[in-house]
Amino acid sequence: MTAVIEVQELHKRYGEKVAVDDVSFRVEEGEIFGILGSNGAGKTTTVECVEGLRRADGGTIRVFGLDPARDRSELTQRLGVQLQGAHLPEKLRVGEALDLYRSFYRRPADQAALMGALGLESIRKTRFGKLSGGQQQRLSIALALIGNPRVAVLDELTTGLDPRARRETWRLIEDVRASGVTILLVTHFMDEAERLCDRVAVIDAGRVVALDTPAALTKRAAADLGVERASLEDAFVALTGEHADVD
Amino acid sequence: MSTETMRRLTATEFTLFLRDKVGPIFGVLFPTALLCVFGNIDFFTDPANGVDGQPLLYTYTPILVGFVIAMLALNTLPPTLASYREQGVLRRLRTTPVGPAQVLGAQFAICLGTALVSVVLLLTVARLAFDVPLPRLPVAFALSAVLAALALIGVAVVVAAVTPTAKAANAIGSVLFYVMMFFAGLWLPIEAMPPALRHVSVATPLGAAVQALADSTEGHWPPVWRLLLLAGYVVVTALVGVRLFRWE
Repeated sequence: MTAVIEVQELHKRYGEKVAVDDVSFRVEEGEIFGILGSNGAGKTTTVECVEGLRRADGGTIRVFGLDPARDRSELTQRLGVQLQGAHLPEKLRVGEALDLYRSFYRRPADQAALMGALGLESIRKTRFGKLSGGQQQRLSIALALIGNPRVAVLDELTTGLDPRARRETWRLIEDVRASGVTILLVTHFMDEAERLCDRVAVIDAGRVVALDTPAALTKRAAADLGVERASLEDAFVALTGEHADVD
Repeated sequence: MSTETMRRLTATEFTLFLRDKVGPIFGVLFPTALLCVFGNIDFFTDPANGVDGQPLLYTYTPILVGFVIAMLALNTLPPTLASYREQGVLRRLRTTPVGPAQVLGAQFAICLGTALVSVVLLLTVARLAFDVPLPRLPVAFALSAVLAALALIGVAVVVAAVTPTAKAANAIGSVLFYVMMFFAGLWLPIEAMPPALRHVSVATPLGAAVQALADSTEGHWPPVWRLLLLAGYVVVTALVGVRLFRWE
């Protein structure tokens, strides 16, 4: 297996506050890799360095062997990004947003198929400002995938979606992975990580405190807790409980 | 980045500019409507009330050209750019092959293009409906107008750079618009100002611009120092804007 994303000894601070202390992980081609952590643990800062939105203070990052801080034009062609929150002009329509973003890429995805998969056809003419939270989220996922990326970074993928939409989005992500796309998923939903991720890194106070498959983490947690079966949430709480850092 | 991408980006931004209505209404229709109002008031058309034996309407035409430029630059660009930054539009674009700088480029192109359409409309109506002579030195006029537009766009970028929200950018842009229009002579033409005020006026970007436009209209080249002053505003605001503007 070849590593698509390699992060080594990443360090990032904002003024006095250390956001990421020491984070290392490798994401292999074709896997869904989860980054789990409490609010303020440093997971978003970590992926922002991977996306090239922030410059690391220390350590190295390579995505397809490219340096996100320097090789931007090539990286952005191959890396699809979904950020937390809304990021389009209020009066831009759904269809116009997709048409526009599609034109940015050398080999874009099949727009009609993507709109179908995310249930966007019926709101094609709706302005971004009039969309519900879930609809905005689905559009934001579509924009992350419109460039036909080889790797997608999805931050808080299903926040704001109702249970049905969540499950549909999970299926979509599994389909995307089946087509060969590597996925880096940032989440604090343990059921989502358990369902989707091949491996997860648990980040706490800017450090990786565990890196394994969800099955291995739950098995270890069950042994530590002396119970027959533990959930990923049990494992997460056991790993991060002591110094959860909330901002 | 391909030209097709830039074309698409500019077309999309232009659609949003039209949907927003502020630019088309206040930057294009309003100045010509104002000209029509002035043109129908005898006080403005009677040479006896004017400067140097010209009807006041002649004096006001370059002022309205300045009005077009200031309106489009100061009342549409700062709120748009600040809201794009506030809402993360620019940040999202940073993760695509098209950087946020291209959006700014598209915005400037729309501002300049709309100003051109609006000024042509204004001068055409002034000539056909009210017999206001066209600029005698069209090249000098065009050069003055372009320098003025670039200087005002520079000021707009600085405003967008130093204001945290779209609301604040809107407020500061509007206040600056009225201040600059005062020095450009909208309420009191520069020729009619007391000498001290006149010196201040011709040193402001829009005051200098309107003087240069008036010179070109009357048939003489604006003094070099005036054009250099405008060019200086372009360079300084561009440098300050680039230095202060943040994508997020």
